[in-house]
Amino acid sequence: MTAIIIKVVLYILLAPIIGGLMEGIDRVVSARMQRRQGPPLLQPFYDVYKLLAKQTTVVNSIQVLFVIAYTIFTIFTGALFFAGGDMLLVFFALSMSEVMMVLAAYSTNGPYSALGANRELLQMMCYEPMILLVAIGFYEANGSFMVNDLVQAANPAICKIPGMLIGFLFILTIKFRKSPFDMSTSHHAHQEMVKGLTSDISGTNLAFYEIAEWYDEVLMMGIVAMFFIYKNPISIVWALIACVIFYLMETLIDNVFPRVKYMAMLVSSWVVILVTAGTNLLILSVIGK
Amino acid sequence: MKISKSPWVLHYDGSSCNGCDIEVLATMTPLYDVERFGIINTGNPKHADILLLTGGINAQTAPVVRQLYNQMPDPKVVIACGICSCDGGIFKECYNILGGSDKVVPVDVYVPGCAVRPEALIDGVVKALAILEEKRVKVKESMKQGYCTVDYSKIAVRMKAEDYDPATQYDAVLTEEALREQAEAKIAQTAKPAPKPAAPAAAANPAPAATATAAPKKDEGGNA
Repeated sequence: MTAIIIKVVLYILLAPIIGGLMEGIDRVVSARMQRRQGPPLLQPFYDVYKLLAKQTTVVNSIQVLFVIAYTIFTIFTGALFFAGGDMLLVFFALSMSEVMMVLAAYSTNGPYSALGANRELLQMMCYEPMILLVAIGFYEANGSFMVNDLVQAANPAICKIPGMLIGFLFILTIKFRKSPFDMSTSHHAHQEMVKGLTSDISGTNLAFYEIAEWYDEVLMMGIVAMFFIYKNPISIVWALIACVIFYLMETLIDNVFPRVKYMAMLVSSWVVILVTAGTNLLILSVIGK
Repeated sequence: MKISKSPWVLHYDGSSCNGCDIEVLATMTPLYDVERFGIINTGNPKHADILLLTGGINAQTAPVVRQLYNQMPDPKVVIACGICSCDGGIFKECYNILGGSDKVVPVDVYVPGCAVRPEALIDGVVKALAILEEKRVKVKESMKQGYCTVDYSKIAVRMKAEDYDPATQYDAVLTEEALREQAEAKIAQTAKPAPKPAAPAAAANPAPAATATAAPKKDEGGNA
């Protein structure tokens, strides 16, 4: 029990630092890819500090509740994962937190927010099947939904479910709000609909949203690491290397691709999920018998 | 840590010839790269700290500029970039031009030039950052005095149909002083009935506010 509490406390304290640094690295690397100097590494922290110091305008008072609920559910999701909880429960809690953000955007009645919320729901439609399939894939590969059991597996999950990893990396672009699929809101400043999901969220509320995004990024990278970690402790190093490579790959994709229409996102993500994860699951279930 | 390390800019074209706008965008390019100061060109007034205005203000853009200014959360600064935005420039005598940006909103930094050089613009923004820091201290002080930093005056659901007057809704410029007056008037309204000697003072309080600035009074009536 104490081990779980220590893990949760460590996650709650360290995840925003790691997440913020990840975002800072992302911004510096993208700037270098465009031959710019780019912002300082700690820029995301400066941004959040500034947002906390700003006045908060509230369009609809229930918005505050939803944004804070989004933050709390995201932290809860990550804590559940890093404490070694149930994969399925993690993913259901994750959906819950996303729904809170969508509700926050809808509650403002702003046209841009509503449009962003609509698109966020579409994005959820794209990545939710894959996220569920990842949990099933881990179960098929190593026979458990519990993160604690999965990290003690005899073989790394990547050996049995490489297709799942490809599918998951594909939807990671949607989850990180990176360029081909940053439809609902973008971490870039400009977009065709102002800021989409976060248009009517300002000051402290926006700071909470940013912090929740950091937690979310760390959770997502944790799931990527799960594919590589098994009972051999050295595998943690491999997992970290893989996380760095895949994160930088996301930055590259962000800089290379233009934004697509929602139909292209829907079709491509479902096709990729079906081909990679679906086939993987099929083969696994046939061979496993 | 200073809040001026991450100024987010909102750029609005009053009625510019687009010369200054091109230069504003030029500052975002790899050559000048203002992101190294943490500056982001955001399109959203609710996220912005600095309002960057180009071009003179005409009758059509005046309400838009006022609304953008009002939507920005405190602390905020306004930069007029280009000579047209400073005082009207060569369009000053035009029948439809009201003048520079300061005819509509309080301007903190004037950056002249036709078109404004990107270097001058960056210099102006850096000057504005010092003002932003000063305003931050002011906001902190008013927090200490008990003013809430959460601005509920813009809550949409509490507006009634009769509050909404399309002709006058954007006439008010909600500067810090105007907002403070509003807050004081609200506090005076909601305060418990004071003992007899204080009553004339309480009655006298809203009157100067009403005469000093006619515009905020309208808005105050709308929100009450």
